[in-house]
Formats: sequence, structure tokens, C-alpha cells
Amino acid sequence: MKQILTVANKEFHDGLRNRWLVSITLIFALLSIGLTYFGAAASGAVGVTSLSTTVASLASLAVFLIPLIALLLSYDSFVGEQESGTLLLLLTYPLSKSQLLIGKFIGQGSIIALATLVGFGASAVLLYIQSGDINIVSAFSLFIVSAILLGLSFTAISYLISLSVSEKSKAAGFALITWFLFALAFDLALLALLVGVEDGVTQQGLTQLMMLNPTDIFRLVNLSGLDSSDVNGALSVAINASLSQTQLISALLAWVVLPLTLAIFIFKKKTL
Amino acid sequence: MSTPLVSLVEASKTYGQLDVLSSMTMSLNEGEVLGLFGHNGAGKTTMMKLILGVISPTQGKVEVMGVAPDSKEAWHCRSKVGYLPENVSFYDQLTGLEVLTYFAKLKGFSKKQAIDLLEQVGITYAMKRQVKTYSKGMRQRLGLAQAFIGEPKLLLLDEPTVGLDPIATRDFYKTVDQLKSNGSSVILCSHVLPGVEQHIDRAMILSTGQLLAMGTLSELRQQADLPVVIKPSGLNGEVTQDTKLNAFLSQNDQHSLLVPEQEKLAVIKQLIALEGLNDIHVESANLEQVYQHFLEKHELQLQQKNQGAQQ
Repeated sequence: MKQILTVANKEFHDGLRNRWLVSITLIFALLSIGLTYFGAAASGAVGVTSLSTTVASLASLAVFLIPLIALLLSYDSFVGEQESGTLLLLLTYPLSKSQLLIGKFIGQGSIIALATLVGFGASAVLLYIQSGDINIVSAFSLFIVSAILLGLSFTAISYLISLSVSEKSKAAGFALITWFLFALAFDLALLALLVGVEDGVTQQGLTQLMMLNPTDIFRLVNLSGLDSSDVNGALSVAINASLSQTQLISALLAWVVLPLTLAIFIFKKKTL
Repeated sequence: MSTPLVSLVEASKTYGQLDVLSSMTMSLNEGEVLGLFGHNGAGKTTMMKLILGVISPTQGKVEVMGVAPDSKEAWHCRSKVGYLPENVSFYDQLTGLEVLTYFAKLKGFSKKQAIDLLEQVGITYAMKRQVKTYSKGMRQRLGLAQAFIGEPKLLLLDEPTVGLDPIATRDFYKTVDQLKSNGSSVILCSHVLPGVEQHIDRAMILSTGQLLAMGTLSELRQQADLPVVIKPSGLNGEVTQDTKLNAFLSQNDQHSLLVPEQEKLAVIKQLIALEGLNDIHVESANLEQVYQHFLEKHELQLQQKNQGAQQ
């Protein structure tokens, strides 16, 4: 346990030193405050918009940003250390491979989690002060919890990438492809399936397909509770066959645990 | 007989078709310094990785402090082993002290020990600076400090003197001698030969995964059967006139004699008896010559083998 904390502490401080924590927090805070205040600008008004519109726009932005940031933060965690030779050295220490991986995950995961909490939490506090609506707290807590899980899930996925390749540049390429597939291509494919193939998938089947993509689960968590007028595309169909929030959050949690377990497995098989 | 600290029995490692190390048998006792010599790709690093337990042998047995280094039981031994990898660039954005503290903590030691070690390798003045500002020699010193954490019983050093200036090299060997007198064993891997001779107890010469020779330097000299070079000066033709001495005269250099080890004393006595002699220079084969001799012999064997295969 002490070893894990030592590694986690080092990774966390790396995140502080590289200004990762500060910049992610700032990006999240600016975006969420901006959306909260000017989200209605398109309809001609400046001011706090409705809660559901705010959460909907935040969620649709976060779904692109968070996976990208998580992948960028951790794609080189292993392949980078392998290239510089410190990975080999660390493995001669009294430190097991799973301790190293979990330590890194805790350190880098804390960066993502803290940035999400502070960044998005800022606008929640602001909104609450303005309106005093208690619904804001619950809507935002759900949003922040699911956003953190989304970030952790992509941190675990980037470990998979980082452990499977032998060059840093390759890892960067795979990270981009992964982001593109999960954040963009998957939804387009679903939409094509829905529109192009008549009776291709049932509503139930569509929801199940969406469980294959953590970004879609994140969207479902945050949009299913809102007015359906703010939601469109394949999601609105899936929402009607809604799963309970607990089920969705567990599915998102599974998307953290499974890639992480697989990463440990790959790491144990890896020869240096 | 005490049990050896490290022992390899018929250990070999293959990657796919490639034999990186073939049936290696050796042992290292406590307080012994072993030099491991060979070209790039001779299997030096692979052997170190086997001893470190980072990889497992394909065949044979490896034991360090009585247990297999890749097993769970070896866990508690790991903090007693120090390793300096050949190519390592530490976390550039961290300061030297932060890097060393991180590694010290992983071995169960504190920041205080890290500072002491930095002082020992002489880079205390730069410990608050980021590693990316360090010169090659300073990085190497930092790597050495890392290997010295916790006064290890066993030290494996891969090219430790690369990038070190002469003074730092001298300091380094001083530390090795000191560790040795404290009972630590050291495996020194190098292809820089001069200077290393007086600090090693035994040498091991590897090529393409095979053991070519192992033993103390004088044993190796004997095996190699290389002549001693004797250069007398002040003699006018007495050497060429003497039939016995004439036989030893070098083909290339008319002033030196190439004498087999066992004839050395007899020849020197004879030379001293000569009237005109005003100086004499005796030089035994050094490690570099011994090393080259074994490598050439090995290459010759390989060529013969290939020719045999072609016919």
C-alpha cells in the first residue's frame, strides 16, 4: 500500500508541475460558467438559462473534452517510461507491476477527478447562489460523478494503449483514433443503423449497444433526467427505453474496472 | 564453503528463434567484484535482467541469495539489490533530489538518505535543479546514487563509467572498492576496459550469448597464453647474437622480445647479466589484449564452423 501511495503521489505532483491540473480545471470552469451564462445567447437572451439546457450543453461538451484530456494525460505513462528506461528500473525495485499501475491510476485519476470537481463545481455553486434551487445540486452532482467516471474510464483505456505499443508516437496515434471512435464514429454508426436499416435494431437492442461505449452511457446518465426537447438523435430513442440511473452508473463503473483489470493483465504478460 | 550470492546453472534465454544467452553457468561470492565484458549484443544486459528477476530463464536455473529472483519469495531481497541500467534518462522535469527521493521511498528509505547519497556522488550543489539541466556525467552520478540506495548486498552496474570524467571515474571505483570491503558483491558490465583491471576479482568474457572465458586476470592470461613483452635498452646487438634470446625477438619491433609467461624470469635474469643493459621494461598482457585474444579465437571458430557447414 505504501508503494502504491508513493507512486500515486509522484504522478499527482507531476500533474501539478506540468500545469495539467490548473489548465484542465480552468478549461472546465470557463466552459461551464460560459455555458451557464451565455447558453441562451442563441435565443437572444443573456442570463442564466434553464437547468436542463445547461446540463445538456455541458454534457455534450464534456463528452468530447473529458475523454480527450484523459487520453492526452496518460497515453505515455508506460510507453514513455519504457523509452526512457525508468520502467525497467522500477521493475527491479520491490514494487509489483499491479502496484505501479494502480499507483499511477490513483495519481492521474486524482488529477482528472479534482479538475472535474473544481471546474464544473464552480458553475454549480454560481448557479446555486443565483437561484437557490436545490435541484441544481442534485443535477450537478450526478453530472460531476459521471464525468469523473468517464475520465477515469478513459485513463484506464489509455493505459491499455500505453502498455500495448512500444513507441510513444504510436501510442499518441492510437489515443487519437480511440477518441475518434468512441466520441464521434460510434454514434454516427448507431444513427446510420437506426435510419438506414429498417427494423434493424429494437429500442432495447439500441440501449444495449450503447453500453459498449462509455461516452454514450455518460450521455444517457445526464440526459435521461431532462426534458426530451433538449435531446435529439439516437439518444432520444434510447432514453425512452431508459435504464435506471443506478444501472447506468454501474455500467460506467464497469468501464473503469474492466479496462484497468485488462491493463494489469497485459502489463503482467509484457516482457521488457 | 559459503553459498554463492548469485548462481546461474545452465541458464539460457531465447527470444523466439534468437539465442540471447545459451547455457550460462557462473557463480558470484560475497564481497566479490566480477567484470562482465563483451560487445554490444553479447548478452550482458540479458544476464543482468535474469539476475534481477525482470525476465525468467527459458531453461536452467538462476538463484540470487538462495531464491529464484523472478519468484515471490525474492521480494524481500529486492531492496538489497542495486541496479544501474545502461540507458536511463530520469524524469527530466523533476529535480535531482526529487528523483532520488522517489526511488529511495520505493525501497523504504527516506529523503535524508537521498541527500546523503547525492553528497556521496558529489552532486549536492545541483540537487535542487531539474534533471533536464544536468550534463551526461551528472545524470550518470544520479544513476549511481540511485543504485547505491540502501547499501545493497548486490550491485549490478551496466556501463557505469560512461560519461564520467577521470576524477569521477576514480571516485566511482573508490566507492566500488569500499562497497566490496563492506561485503557487497558487484557485477560490473563494461566495454571500456582500461582502468577496470585492478578493481575486479574475476572477469567473464561473453560473445553472442556464449561464455568465452571466465577467471581471474592471471588465469585468463594463462589460458590465453599471451607473451610478455620485454624491452631492454642500452644493448648493442647482444640480443641478436645470443641464439636463445634471438628466438624471442619480435618480428615487427627489433627492440622488444615476446616471451612466454613461464620463460619470463629466465630471460630477465639472462638480460640482467648482460653488461650494457641500462633499463628494462616488462609488460604482461593487459585485459584488453586478453579480451581481444578470446574474441578473435571465437570468431575463428565460428568461421571454421560456417565453412564446415557449407561443405
